Amino acid sequence: MKLTRALPLAGIAAVGATATAAYAETITVATVNNNDMVIMQSLTDEFEAAHPDIELDWVILEENVLRQRLTTDIATDGGQFDVMTIGTYEAPIWAERGWLVPLNDLPEDYRADDLLKPVRDGLSHNGTLHALPFYGESSMMFYRKDLFEQAGIEVSKQPTWEEVRDWASRVHDPDNGVAGICLRGKPGWGENMAFVSTLVNTFGGRWFDEEWNPQINSPAWQEAIQFYVDLLNDYGPAGASSNGFNENLALFSRGNCGIWVDATSAAGKLYNPGESSVADQLGFAPAPIAETPKGSHWLWSWALAIPSSSEKPEAAKTFISWATSQEYIELVGETQGWTSVPPGTRESTYANENYQREAPFADFVLHAIRNADPTDSTLEPSPYMGVQFVGIPEFQSIGTQVGQMVASALTGDSTVEQALQSAQRATERTMQRAGYLD
Amino acid sequence: MTTARTKPLASTSNQAAIKEGRHAAFMNTAARRRLGLTVLGWTIAGVIFFPIFWMVLTGFKTEAAAIAEPSLIFSPTLESYTAVHGRADYFKFAMNSVVVAFGSTLLALLIAIPSAYSMAFLPTKRTKGTLLWMLSTKMLPPVGVLVPIYLLFRDVGLLDTRTGLIIVYTLMNLPIVVWMLYTFFKDLPKDILEAGRMDGASTLQEVLFLLLPLTLPGIASTGLLSVILSWNEAFWSLNLTSSNAAPLTAYIASFSSPEGLFWAKLSAASTMAIAPILVFGWLTQKQMVRGLTFGAVK
Repeated sequence: MKLTRALPLAGIAAVGATATAAYAETITVATVNNNDMVIMQSLTDEFEAAHPDIELDWVILEENVLRQRLTTDIATDGGQFDVMTIGTYEAPIWAERGWLVPLNDLPEDYRADDLLKPVRDGLSHNGTLHALPFYGESSMMFYRKDLFEQAGIEVSKQPTWEEVRDWASRVHDPDNGVAGICLRGKPGWGENMAFVSTLVNTFGGRWFDEEWNPQINSPAWQEAIQFYVDLLNDYGPAGASSNGFNENLALFSRGNCGIWVDATSAAGKLYNPGESSVADQLGFAPAPIAETPKGSHWLWSWALAIPSSSEKPEAAKTFISWATSQEYIELVGETQGWTSVPPGTRESTYANENYQREAPFADFVLHAIRNADPTDSTLEPSPYMGVQFVGIPEFQSIGTQVGQMVASALTGDSTVEQALQSAQRATERTMQRAGYLD
Repeated sequence: MTTARTKPLASTSNQAAIKEGRHAAFMNTAARRRLGLTVLGWTIAGVIFFPIFWMVLTGFKTEAAAIAEPSLIFSPTLESYTAVHGRADYFKFAMNSVVVAFGSTLLALLIAIPSAYSMAFLPTKRTKGTLLWMLSTKMLPPVGVLVPIYLLFRDVGLLDTRTGLIIVYTLMNLPIVVWMLYTFFKDLPKDILEAGRMDGASTLQEVLFLLLPLTLPGIASTGLLSVILSWNEAFWSLNLTSSNAAPLTAYIASFSSPEGLFWAKLSAASTMAIAPILVFGWLTQKQMVRGLTFGAVK
């Protein structure tokens, strides 16, 4: 008797629940497995509680797979994603092709003017934002204070690469498992070439001249690559040609490197005693320079964008404005700790007392990002945007190909000169085929 | 006399001893050979299994221990499993894998059995050519047809659906399935089917009551191979799905990280992803080996 009465009630309740769920729009967010994104995913409930009409569905992929997947979907108008995670490299290129929804009508309380200018510019096309920065980074130098003290080294305010070589030679101690310096060697446009491009920039080189002629066999490239190869072969860890960001992060945090020049986003991880055994010995300095300070440190940001194929652009916009807002940053700071907040996007983050107190590297990072200028990163004029990359669609393949040749010079499979000659020829071919050269 | 008597005795016992010695030597060589083969077998198996063993081990390490000097001694932790479990709904991905792998295998067998039957028992002069042509489709790099298939799927609404993946996997495995079934069917004496026909069996009855029961081990091992191939397939599953139909390969892919340490979590996720198919392979290994060696000795 009771059961028969209860059943219709349960039925009505179930229908009611389905009806509420049916009103909620589900948006699919494609992203990478970086720590900051994992935190964003873990805050899904907070977002859904504040926006009951939107539900989030996450697709997390490996960086290169994600890029390939997004490109396929966007180029074929597949409409599988409503929010995608892209970088400073893709944003202007994809925006130019009309693949991204322009974000020119953001609500006032979003405070777009609070976004760091170089980061904002990097994600804009014709002055209009096409992606919102989730976190940003530049590059800087990390070193071991204890080893430097023992060797009697005093770090200058703006180190030069000559000084860095000298310091690396003095802290190099392979018998005790310490390499003088760790640098990226793993081939890839976003791996070794991100670092190598900044080195070439500061040695006075550039990827292309104003007529798009490749400059890879120029004296500046020769000098920079020879310096890089010698430095790593003399004072680097064994097998440096297979080390990317993660491998070097592991080496440095285990105490196997004296110096490391890489992304500012490593600072939070190296300062975390749970992840790093050298947290209390961490010193930092600006990225070293050589001939010119121009382009000596990079600028990158991971950003959230809406593909033009999305059928729910309004809901997607609500989500990306939330995930890149000042409120979100404060939410992360309060719930996950202030060193975990996504860095490098907003002035207000750096004005926050809690952040400044807990992240002593904050001012450094802010300064590095503010001083990175993607529009003017080479000593001689160049026709492209980007510090550690060239903002043209062909660069992914060019960068990776040249990266492999630089790695072959590092392992000794070819000389620096041979490597750069073949890199020059390969790049010329690609540029000819793409129609930049006659 | 005594000596005379003892001599032959001695020589007999000598002969026996020599015989025994020879026998022992023969046994020795045989035993040594067997031992050698056993050691070789175990070594090869060890080499093949080592990466899986190391992966399982890494899943129980901390992230820091996972990238430290390789070591067998460490204090095991479940922290990676907890992290992996907290991040994604394993069972949703696993369910997709099961449905897609078994669905595509069933569909492939359904299409391949009649076609292998006709090629094995009613060959024409084009049969060999057709078989080779079917196999040649496996030689095309899949990325070459990604965009056309993506567009087709988009237009018929098959993107991110299990049905879409089942269709693609069926097409992908069909050449191998047809080939394997063809070789198994060819080994079956035609007379048996003819006898059935004499007794008035229709083609369907012939297939259902004679061919299938007689070649069941072969069909089973073909099916198992198809399940394993579909389970492990990563290219299409990553490119044609996003969230609803994503199988375990997409689940594993989500734990690789461009910034930050991830080896322990990736290993934990991979261990969970291969566990069902490992157990499945283990339970059915008798069938598999029997099927794969079926007809090998003629």
